[in-house]
Amino acid sequence: MRIAVASGKGGTGKTTVATNLARVAVDQGLRVQLLDCDVEEPNCSLFLPFRVERTAPVELNVPRVDEAVCTRCGLCGEVCEFRAIVPLATAVLVFAELCHSCGACTLLCPEQAIVEERRRTGEVQIGRAGDIRMVAGLLDVGETKAPPVIKAVKAHADPRADLVVIDAPPGTSCPVIEAVRESDLVVLVAEPTPFGLHDLKLAVEAMRALTRPFAVVANRADVGDDALRAYCAREGIEILLEIADDRAVAGASSRGELAVDVVPGYRERFSGLLAAVCQRGEQWTRAVTR
Amino acid sequence: MDSGGDAVRELVVISGKGGTGKTSVTAAFARFASQKVLADCDVDAADLHLVLAPRSGERHEFSGRKRAVLDAARCTSCGVCVEHCRFTALQLDPPRVDPLDCEGCGLCARLCPVGAVRLSPVVSGVWAVDDTAWGPLVHAQLGVAEDNSGKLVSLVRQEARRVAKERGLGTILVDGAPGIGCPVIASLTGSSLVLVVTEPTVAGRHDLGRVVGVVRHFRLPFAVCVNKTDLNPEVAAGVRAQAREAGALFVSTIRYDRAVTRAMVAGGSVVDEEWTRESGGAAEDMRMLWARTERELDRLAGEDEDKGE
Repeated sequence: MRIAVASGKGGTGKTTVATNLARVAVDQGLRVQLLDCDVEEPNCSLFLPFRVERTAPVELNVPRVDEAVCTRCGLCGEVCEFRAIVPLATAVLVFAELCHSCGACTLLCPEQAIVEERRRTGEVQIGRAGDIRMVAGLLDVGETKAPPVIKAVKAHADPRADLVVIDAPPGTSCPVIEAVRESDLVVLVAEPTPFGLHDLKLAVEAMRALTRPFAVVANRADVGDDALRAYCAREGIEILLEIADDRAVAGASSRGELAVDVVPGYRERFSGLLAAVCQRGEQWTRAVTR
Repeated sequence: MDSGGDAVRELVVISGKGGTGKTSVTAAFARFASQKVLADCDVDAADLHLVLAPRSGERHEFSGRKRAVLDAARCTSCGVCVEHCRFTALQLDPPRVDPLDCEGCGLCARLCPVGAVRLSPVVSGVWAVDDTAWGPLVHAQLGVAEDNSGKLVSLVRQEARRVAKERGLGTILVDGAPGIGCPVIASLTGSSLVLVVTEPTVAGRHDLGRVVGVVRHFRLPFAVCVNKTDLNPEVAAGVRAQAREAGALFVSTIRYDRAVTRAMVAGGSVVDEEWTRESGGAAEDMRMLWARTERELDRLAGEDEDKGE
């Protein structure tokens, strides 16, 4: 089963939920894998430090023009929808950071003057935090495209795992979609504030567009107002767990400790969340395969 | 080029880690700064309008890209498109394009021997210039599950500059996106000063390091603000040292204060008069932060002017 933890707004507690969930699951004897797909700012390893056993670079294909063969016909510039290749009178410029690696220029060049070369944009790290199998993606600093790194992380998903937990990036655009799209259940972590609710509504729209089943965990549930609960009730969205704005939890998080390990009562709460999550995910899987 | 004195100054507030208080800080600055345009570049999840009570004006559609559209009646299922699509966006049985996978490169349309595929523009967001009590607000919302947030961010900044020029406003305050990728880079390139808002946690510290790496990559002057500083004073001290070492122009702090959230729930800012009275220090800290930020903006503009002469 694959569970993604996502949110519209940043900083609502995605990583807290993903790491604590993985810990209670592995302690119950499940085979657990945690995929850190927040590749712009990956934080899982701060809470579940792991020794990196191997790394794999993430590389994209970008065109390189053989100027000796090029006749300056200009076709490559015409076929590129991303303005990543610009033929000038004296040379052909390639803007690698704009390139989507579609291969159109290379394939369609009448002189076959274009070849593709590999360009690194990030890295995947693989290791173990105790019995939790960890895979983390890191977008290189200065690079723009997170989705290919996220794809590379997901390629390491273990089909034999009982539970794969995905820590998704914040937002509702392409990186989030890439992270959650094959999940059996998406847990949306939200705060009961105007910003939190506004961004949750966007995330809900995204999940509906993807036809992914989802449910909510309300974090810092006692700050703000009651609008989040009212919205979920109105929309028929289940709130799986409410976590209070607990100074002890905030303190543990600030030090990189897991609440289930150091704050009394949280192991029980997250065990309850795990049971609920597994049940919802299974219901969905059964409904789809039937 | 404009001389430094006439040039519009652009302050960009970013964070690396999400939820550290970018928008609350920007909303406070909106109240302190004079003669400015506000620009919300967190187009994935734009929230600034929630605390600025804008009067809604005209909405504009944004089309940042195209997508393949397949005419199943014409398709002969020859498979050329499927063979060459790098994004596995096409399938034959039945012939269709997966809108989530298609990146709009158009290779399929060029290769199709019977003209069954064409590229069509996608409306991938909306943007608007609205008036608020604190000045014009340029903001946008990316369509759900859409791509190309970088282009929409660039559009918002471009519009903010146009409005600043037209109305003779000297400062643009930009609320940026979390992370270090495409929308963040689009929101900070070419700005006058970057303010990074972080928090005293291991994650805040880690993410500060990565986002400062991006800021330095583009050689931009930056300052750091540690929000909710008393959450963990020990980590806060470490974050401040790290920021200074990285070359921050200054490092400021804001105290943890529940009035910040209460003000937001009421659609306002902690620096508004009615909330300042209840504030446990954040309002005062934000006022200080703006004073230091404005001083740096003035100083940097002066430097540019010297260089220009």
